[in-house]
Amino acid sequence: MHSSVITFPGSNCDRDMDVALKKFGFKNKMVWHDDVELPKSDLVVLPGGFSYGDYLRCGSMASKSKIMKSVLNFAQGGGKVMGICNGFQILVESGLLPGVLLRNKYLEFICKNVFVKANNKDNSYFKDDKKDVYEFHIAHNEGNYFCSNEQIREINDNSQIALFYSDENGIVNEQSNPNGSLQNIAGIFNKQKNVLGMMPHPERMIDPALSGEDGSIFFENLINNLK
Amino acid sequence: MIVNEQLAIDHGLKKDEYKKICDLLKRVPNITELGIFSAMWNEHCSYKSSRFHLKNLPTKGKNVIQGPGENAGVVDIGDGDAIVFKIESHNHPSFIEPYQGAATGVGGIMRDVFTMGARPIANLNSIHFGSPQHKKTKNLLRGVVHGIGGYGNCMGVPTIAGQTSFDESYNGNILVNAMTLGLVKKGKIFYSKAAGLNKPVIYVGSKTGRDGIHGASMASASFDDKIEEKKPTVQVGDPFTEKLLLEACLELMAGDSIIAIQDMGAAGLTSSSIEMASKGNLGIEINLNKVPCREANMTPYEIMLSESQERMLIVLESGKEEIAKKIFDKWNLDFAIIGKTTKSKKIELYFDKEKVADIPVDTLVENSPMYDRKWKKTKLPKRIKINKELFKTLKVKNILNKILSNPNICSKEWIWQQYDHTVMGDTIQKPGGDAGVVRVHATNKAVAASVDSSAIYCWAHPLSGGKQIVCESWRNLISVGAKPIAITNCLNFGSPENEENMGEFVECVQGLGEASAYLEFPVVSGNVSFYNQTKDIGIKPTPAIGGIGLIKDYKNMVTMDLKETDNILLVVGKTEGYLDQSLFARDILNEKNGPPPEINLFNEKNNGETILKLIDKKFIKSAHDVSLGGIIIALSKMCIKGKKGVTLKKPNYLINQIEYLFGEDQGRYIVEISKVDLKSATKILQDNSVHFDELGSVNDNNLIIDDKTKVSIDDLIKSHTNWLPNYMDN
Repeated sequence: MHSSVITFPGSNCDRDMDVALKKFGFKNKMVWHDDVELPKSDLVVLPGGFSYGDYLRCGSMASKSKIMKSVLNFAQGGGKVMGICNGFQILVESGLLPGVLLRNKYLEFICKNVFVKANNKDNSYFKDDKKDVYEFHIAHNEGNYFCSNEQIREINDNSQIALFYSDENGIVNEQSNPNGSLQNIAGIFNKQKNVLGMMPHPERMIDPALSGEDGSIFFENLINNLK
Repeated sequence: MIVNEQLAIDHGLKKDEYKKICDLLKRVPNITELGIFSAMWNEHCSYKSSRFHLKNLPTKGKNVIQGPGENAGVVDIGDGDAIVFKIESHNHPSFIEPYQGAATGVGGIMRDVFTMGARPIANLNSIHFGSPQHKKTKNLLRGVVHGIGGYGNCMGVPTIAGQTSFDESYNGNILVNAMTLGLVKKGKIFYSKAAGLNKPVIYVGSKTGRDGIHGASMASASFDDKIEEKKPTVQVGDPFTEKLLLEACLELMAGDSIIAIQDMGAAGLTSSSIEMASKGNLGIEINLNKVPCREANMTPYEIMLSESQERMLIVLESGKEEIAKKIFDKWNLDFAIIGKTTKSKKIELYFDKEKVADIPVDTLVENSPMYDRKWKKTKLPKRIKINKELFKTLKVKNILNKILSNPNICSKEWIWQQYDHTVMGDTIQKPGGDAGVVRVHATNKAVAASVDSSAIYCWAHPLSGGKQIVCESWRNLISVGAKPIAITNCLNFGSPENEENMGEFVECVQGLGEASAYLEFPVVSGNVSFYNQTKDIGIKPTPAIGGIGLIKDYKNMVTMDLKETDNILLVVGKTEGYLDQSLFARDILNEKNGPPPEINLFNEKNNGETILKLIDKKFIKSAHDVSLGGIIIALSKMCIKGKKGVTLKKPNYLINQIEYLFGEDQGRYIVEISKVDLKSATKILQDNSVHFDELGSVNDNNLIIDDKTKVSIDDLIKSHTNWLPNYMDN
């Protein structure tokens, strides 16, 4: 399986994602934002960080990078594109995913473990996953998902919600919503389910010595599904 | 502008210092030159009041690659790897403008580390605020935390540990000390010593603006009523540019183009160029028209004194200009050849084809003033007399709750949750433990780091206090299973021109020197911040110590959370029930006098090294050093972290319960050992002549202090965690 991780100026989880993908068997390549063509890929990842310093709006300037034309084409052709944290922000700014990510409800950066519940397993990211509730890690200032009434209706009608913030038993309630996200949304798909954006960082949960191992489960399952 | 004595005084120079400048130059300096002298000779850059005493600190050791005098200290951690680290203050700017002050403090210290070729792998901070009731405290705390997070999070460097305290002596002068650790290969360390003639001098990074002019001078003076007017002296940070600068510098450093590199920190282009010339015993010639400027019509004076952030000065190998330029272009950073090295041993500046400064480098550095200031010794205070009859009226449970929610003891999660502490994927011990721990990427090794200070002890008796913080740092590293390697210090004091403040400085330095020499825990870098003073009132002496240690196999790391029911708890080190200057005495008895606890360096070393032996044999399931608040506070934290309880045993010697639980005797650790290992573990302790007592055993859910006193873990958690978020919300 071949993957590509795009490095934008200000990306800072690109190395972490590279380490994670390689650990679970991907042949990963790092791709510079100013490049025009994507290498042969089964998965393209937009990593976390502060692309362009979050200036203007998070993800907005990166979404106009040269390489994004190829990413858009790749996604429109059904290619798997995953955006984590700032990568999710870039995906909504590029129009591949609906909605926006606002500043966290309490106006503070949050770095902690959270539980998320997988909502839709009928896709290559979560299919056959033995887990329903993952313990993932979040680290963001703008993860408060929001969209119009019409958009959320469409998102629900198409089962586009990928992950909800929940408690450890998978109950989705206000207490488990860390940032004020609409309907506790932690991650969404596009209509075709080949593009996934999510705020949590599975790449930080791939070793028992780190915050946990649910990221390992996610990546192992992902590579199996893509094979 | 006419330069005269009054103008020199307005620049923060003394009359006799101005006379010395005229004597050294054999003429009156022009305005640009006066600015340069004032920047180089202020306290912040010249260490003129501290150098005399700092030279006595132990700075050598078998693992030390680079001691004080460079951008940061460097120590060997084996396998060709080295750690570059340093702590630095940004106190004055953070009080004036908390967000930018703190942010640029973090940016500055990271630059010091990557200037040496190291990728930053961890940040720490030590921050101190006025009384929680003081009207400015809440906003300053919020601003500083946002600033530290804003910069460090964007850089993608985890903030793994820190320390926060509140004390009314910081009401008018908060402290913000930032520390960074970086990882480098031993053969790829970069220094600031220029070499070779006619080598190109390169300016890279952000453009130069008018921000931060006189920042270093501002940080070398006390505050008065006109503090708001100082705002323009605070620099404005751009972590995005710094991230690009980091990546670009590391990319250039991978090759062999760089002869010397120095970041532009305090006193900007002035100190960086002079530093490189001085170390290389060379001259530097700069054409100031070539310096990339952000604003129009900047004068040579402004260009030289600007403290705009995210800038570096590099001496390149001749012929490597194109290679270097290509890399900085790729990262969208300014790149300009602004001058060259010369044999003149002078700093020569040109602007609009005119020579605007011509100063021999040695007059600025070697001939800078050094003072052996007058200082007053602090007498050891008399022991306090406590009426123990009073103890009978106190309920242990109430005292425990009160101390657990004391602002200086309570959980600081509200703070560190705003710092990205897991980016880079190697943080194996998060904030909230005895020390933060990060793995050395893709190896089995890990580095532990802790930052500590004890202003109360240092204020009560600076010599003992100075020793105590070094020991505390040592214990924090031991508690996570790390072998202590070296320290960096940030010495925060009042005015050196006040004999008492100067005395506090001298004796704290003496104390920390003694302890670090004895423990073979050398000082490899540091920073002095004087004039933490508003009008005549200085802060309590607050030296902060950043210690680092090595864990050879990260799987042997120890944490403080209790692990298993029925395991036995030992307190290692002797408990005599020392209450003077303890939290109990100050908070519950309102008794603020008395000497701080004594330090026995032999016991410190022996106890610590023996604990490491036990950890090596995997006998220790959890460990925590005993510090503020005594045994019961240390135990409560272990319970809270592990969500387990403890059943305390009665001590097997005669000691008052209050003294036993709340005494702050030094050199102690609490360790958890499973029953099967107990005999072998205690034998090692006995063989090494280490005193220990059995404290009790682990249970499922209550801290059971005696027959009448039981506290549930939930109650402990509530007392410990609620204070800070409630305070910030109201």
